[in-house]
Amino acid sequence: MKKQLKIIAYCRIKNNAISLNGKSIITKDKDLSFSDFAKQIYKEKQLAYPKFFKMDNLCKLAFLTSEFLFEAAKLDSEIIKNTGIVLSNKASSLDTDRKHQDTINDKDNYFPSPAVFVYTLANIMIGEISIRHQIKGENAFFVSEKFNETLIEHYASSLIINRKSSHILCGWVDVDNNNYDAFMYLVAEEGSYNYSKEIIKNIYTQN
Amino acid sequence: MDALKKELKESIIEQLNLEDFTVEDIADDDTLFGDGLGLDSIDALELIVMLDKDYGIKLTDPNEGKAVFVSVEVLATYIAKHRTK
Repeated sequence: MKKQLKIIAYCRIKNNAISLNGKSIITKDKDLSFSDFAKQIYKEKQLAYPKFFKMDNLCKLAFLTSEFLFEAAKLDSEIIKNTGIVLSNKASSLDTDRKHQDTINDKDNYFPSPAVFVYTLANIMIGEISIRHQIKGENAFFVSEKFNETLIEHYASSLIINRKSSHILCGWVDVDNNNYDAFMYLVAEEGSYNYSKEIIKNIYTQN
Repeated sequence: MDALKKELKESIIEQLNLEDFTVEDIADDDTLFGDGLGLDSIDALELIVMLDKDYGIKLTDPNEGKAVFVSVEVLATYIAKHRTK
């Protein structure tokens, strides 16, 4: 049985700019590093969540994108707790894997950092979002060459149809060196925009 | 000893990414874990690596770590006594 699902809100962060539901809301200097961009956004939003600064860039990007999305969605806290999360990317945790590799390359200077090592798994970003919002719903993380709207749609629909979660946080969060791209959207039975794999692909391509 | 304490505070802030803290915010006797700076278990591991890397001290006994990481004051005293570099 196929249900017609809706998109509650969607958010895109790339090239040091943020758009929410297709409208540009923040644009920063393109020469800023991602770390400096993320720090500026954190401070401007007065997030007061010191653990943010311990996160790697992938988690910071996922965290910030979800902050904008949940703020826009204005969901009841009980719904948020049961929200499912289905995220994906191309580079997995490669950005942090390289940093970890740098700390263990030299046998005579072998000091792996525990704080770096804990982020050498891409689905940690789901954990960080879950901790922040006390989410205990189902989650999944996929690695694919490019944003796979069909896979995400199948998985999100399945979670809703099987009553695992009423709301699903979906998307693509990718960081590789200086390149980053985050696109997240919240899907449920009620929402402001129609949802299909074609629609989400269009939104992703055009934003 | 004061120089070592300042150096430790700078290292803790930088290596543990305590973005909201300055050296002046950390008193010598502030508790590092729990209600003090609010460090967690990963921070503890990071401090163990820091002791090894910067001062040549290898902590292997978890109970010893608990006693050493009480505050900057206690940590500095321990380092001054046991450092090999």
